[in-house]
Amino acid sequence: MALLEITNLTQRFGGLLAVNDLSVHLEGRELCALIGPNGAGKTTVFNLVSGFYQPSDGSIKIGGVDTRGMKPHQVTALGVARTFQNIRLWNDMTVLDNIKVSQHYRLGYSLMDSLMRTRRYIDREASIDRTAMELLEFLGMRELANEFPPNLAYGTQRKVEIARALSIKPKLLLLDEPAAGLPSSDVVELIKLIEWIHKEFDLAIWMIEHQMTVVMSLCQWIKVIDFGATIAEGTPEDIRNNPVVIRAYLGDENI
Amino acid sequence: MSPRLTTPAALCALLLGLMALTQSGILGQYEQTILSTMGIYMILAASLNLVNGYMGEFSCGHAGFMAVGAYTSSVVGVYLFVPDPFFGQPLLPMDLAYLAFPVILAAGFAAAALVGLLVAIPSFKTRGDYLAVITLAAGYIVKSALENIDVVGGPRGFMGMKKVVIGMEEMISIPWMLIWIFIGVVFTVWILRRFVYSTYGKGVMAIHQDEVAAEIMSVNTNKMKLVAFMLSSGLAGLAGGLYAYLIGFVNPASFTILRSTECLVMVYLGGMGSLTGSILAAAIFTLLLEFLKPLEQLKWVAIPMLLIVLMQFRPEGLMGNRELSDIFPKLKRFYRFK
Amino acid sequence: MLETIIQQGVNALQLGSYYSLIALGYCLVYGVLLLINFAHGDIFMVGAYIAFFCATAFLGQYGFIDPGLPGWIVLALTVPLTMLLTSGVGIFIERVAYRPLRLKGANRLYVVITALMMGIVLQYGNLSMLGASRKAFPNLVPRVLFEIGGATVTSLKLASIVTCFLVFGLLQWIVTRTKIGMAMRAVSYDKFAVPLMGIPLDIVIVFTFFLGSSMAGLAGLLYAMNFPVLDPFMGALVGWKAFIAAVVGGIGDIRGAFIGGFLLAFLEVFVAATFSSELRDLISFTILLGILSWKPTGLFGKPRTTKI
Repeated sequence: MALLEITNLTQRFGGLLAVNDLSVHLEGRELCALIGPNGAGKTTVFNLVSGFYQPSDGSIKIGGVDTRGMKPHQVTALGVARTFQNIRLWNDMTVLDNIKVSQHYRLGYSLMDSLMRTRRYIDREASIDRTAMELLEFLGMRELANEFPPNLAYGTQRKVEIARALSIKPKLLLLDEPAAGLPSSDVVELIKLIEWIHKEFDLAIWMIEHQMTVVMSLCQWIKVIDFGATIAEGTPEDIRNNPVVIRAYLGDENI
Repeated sequence: MSPRLTTPAALCALLLGLMALTQSGILGQYEQTILSTMGIYMILAASLNLVNGYMGEFSCGHAGFMAVGAYTSSVVGVYLFVPDPFFGQPLLPMDLAYLAFPVILAAGFAAAALVGLLVAIPSFKTRGDYLAVITLAAGYIVKSALENIDVVGGPRGFMGMKKVVIGMEEMISIPWMLIWIFIGVVFTVWILRRFVYSTYGKGVMAIHQDEVAAEIMSVNTNKMKLVAFMLSSGLAGLAGGLYAYLIGFVNPASFTILRSTECLVMVYLGGMGSLTGSILAAAIFTLLLEFLKPLEQLKWVAIPMLLIVLMQFRPEGLMGNRELSDIFPKLKRFYRFK
Repeated sequence: MLETIIQQGVNALQLGSYYSLIALGYCLVYGVLLLINFAHGDIFMVGAYIAFFCATAFLGQYGFIDPGLPGWIVLALTVPLTMLLTSGVGIFIERVAYRPLRLKGANRLYVVITALMMGIVLQYGNLSMLGASRKAFPNLVPRVLFEIGGATVTSLKLASIVTCFLVFGLLQWIVTRTKIGMAMRAVSYDKFAVPLMGIPLDIVIVFTFFLGSSMAGLAGLLYAMNFPVLDPFMGALVGWKAFIAAVVGGIGDIRGAFIGGFLLAFLEVFVAATFSSELRDLISFTILLGILSWKPTGLFGKPRTTKI
C-alpha cells in the first residue's frame, strides 16, 4: 500500500486556483522535494496533506486511508508530521515539553487518569518523558531539554522543530523550507542532519525548499510546480536542465 | 518528611488551626465571613485562570456559571432537606446533611460544567474576541433565564439553603461553611495543578501559544478547549454552590457582569497562567474589598483604576506565569508542583 | 393588527437607531485598532449626561445664562456641544489609557481589560459624583404626532431614526470617499505599514475615536430626549447589546454594525410583543448566539485567515 497517494488534487480559494490537478505517489522511504517559484502553491499542498485545508477536488490517501473530512490532529495520528515555514515552536514551554506535547495523540491516559494520578498515568508520563529525552539524546540535543526556544539560535530552533516532528514517529515527514533563514554553515549541517534522519528513521521525507544545494544534494526525485500544477518531475539531473523549469524560475529569455 | 506527606499534613494542620481559632472565639463571625469569602474568590480566580490565563482566551461570563452552580446546589439542598412550597417535603433527615453536602456541591459543579459545554461549542469556530462576546451573552442569558424561573423566586431570589447549614451546625457546632470552603479551595487547586502539569493539560498552553501548531502536532484542540472550559465553569459552579450556602440567599442580581469583572480583576492581578498568583490575588482582593468598604461606591472606581494602572506598569500581574516554587526554589523540597 | 405591526416596527426602528449609532462606534474603533472598546457603551451614558448638563445650562438652570432661550435653540446648541464634549472624553481615554499600551506594544488583551475597567470607572465615577438619584432630561421640543398607517409616531422618534440613517450615510461617505477614511481602512488591514507610508497613525486613531465617541454622544442625547430618565448604568446594558449587535452584523464593516443594530432591535421588540418582555433579553441573545454559531464572523464580516 502506498504511503501517500494524492490523486487529481485541486484547491480553489474563491476564484483563485491554488492547486491544479496534482498527483503524487510515494511508496515510503523516499527523500524527495517539491519545488517551484514563489506562490506556486507548495505550502498549500502541504497544508492539504496535513489536513489543515479540505481539498476542493481530488483525494489524499495516507497509508490507504482517505483523509477527506479529517481534522489535522487525526491526519497526524496516521503518521504525518511537518515543520513550518516560520518556526512554530511553543515559546513559553521548554524544548522537552514541546516534544512531549506532540505525543498528544498517543498519551494513553484520560483526563480522570491525570487528575487521579493513577498507575496508568504515572507509567505513561514516564514513558513519554523517556521517549522525548531519548530522542533529544539521539539528536545530540540532550542539554537543551530545559531551555526555552527563544533563547536558542535560529538553526537550533529549526532542529528542535524537526525533533518535535520526529517525536510523532511519522512515516511521512514534511519539511517546509527547512533551510530558510539559515547561514550557509548551518545549511551544510542541515543537509547532514536530513541525510542522517533519513537513514536512521524509517520514514519518507518530502521537502519544500528554495535552496538548490539542499535539494540537489539530497533528493532522489523532484517535483516542480507552478501555478498549482506540475510542470516537471524527475531526478535532479532531469530537473537541472529542464527548460520548462528554467523558464518558470527565471522567465523567458526573450524578456 | 517525604514530599508526598508534607502538603496534606500541612493542610490538615491549617484546617485544625482554623477550627481552633474559631471555636475559641479568636476568629469571630466577621473574620470567618471574610475568610469564607476569600476562599470562594480563590476558587473563582483559579478556575477562570485556566481559561483566561493558561488557555489565553477572554471569557467574561464567569458569573453565569457561578449562578448555575449556586442555584443548582440550592435547589438540590432544599429538595433533599428543607420543606418548600414547590419542592415539597424533605426526602432525607437533616442529620444526613453533612454527608450529602458534597453531593449537593457536585450537582452544582456538574450543572455549571454542562452549561460551560454549551457555551464552549459555538466558540470553536470563532476566534479571539468572539469568545468574549459569547461568554458575555451567555452571562446575560443565564441571568435573564433565572429571572424568569418563578420556582426559584425569579428576580426576588431564593432562600431556604440556610436551613441546611443550620441543620449541620445543630449536629456539631463547628464552622461548617468555612470547612467546606477550605476543602473546596484545596480541591480546586489540586485538580487544576494536576491538570495543568500533565502533558495532557499542557496541550492547553500549546493551544494558547500556537493553536495551529498544536492542532497539526496531534493536539485535539476542540476537545481540549471543551475540557478546559468545562473544568473552569464546573469549578465556578462549585464556588457558586458554596456562596449560596454561605449567604443563605441567591438572586440573579448577585451574578452580574460586575461579578465577572471581579473574577477578571483577580486573574490579571495574580498573573495569567499562575495558580499561586490567582490564590494570592483573591486573598488580596477580598481584603481590598473590605478595606475599601467605607468608600462605598468609590470602591468601584478604585478597583478598576487599580487594574488599569496594573495594565500600564505591570501587566503580568503579581506573579506573571510563575508559581511559588519558581520564586522560592527551596520550597521544592517540601512539595512537588509536578 | 396591521397598526400594531407598524407601531412596533417604528419602535424597533427607533430602538435600532440607538443601537446602530453605538454599534457604529464600536465598529470603527475595532476596525482600526482591533480593540473592543468596552468603555464605549459608557461613553454613550456620558454623552447623555453631558447633553443633560448642556441643555439645563442653556435653559438657565445654573445661572450664568439667562433662562428664556427657546427650546429649539437650546437643542441646536446642545447637539454639537454634546458631540464635541463626548468625543473629547473618548479621545482623552484613548490618549491616557490606550495609547501608552499601544506604544509599548502591549498585548491587545491588556488594552481590552483597560477598556473594560474604564467603563466601570465611568459608571461608578458618575454614581459617586452625582449620586444615585436619576436625572430627568428637560423637554426641549414640543412633541408633534404623526399618523402613519394607523400608528402614532412622535417627531422625536422620527428624528432619531432619520438622524441615524443620515449619520450612517455620512460615515459611509467618510470611510469610502475621503482620504482619512482610506487611511482608516488601511490601518485596519495593517497597522504597522501605515506609518511607514507617511500616514500619521496617531491622527487617524484620534479621528476614529472622535467619530465614534461623538456618535455615541449623539445617541446619548437622542436617547435622553426619548427616554428622559438618566442613570449611571444606562450605558452598560445598551452598550453591551449594541456591541453584540455589532459583532453579529460583522464587526469591522460599518454596514454590518448598522444592520446588526436594527436586527437586534427588531428581535427585541417583536419578541417582547409576542412573548413576554421578561424573556426579551433571553431570546434575543440566544438568537444572536445562534447567528454567531452559523456565521462566526458575523453577517457581513470578512473572515480573517491564518497563514501557516
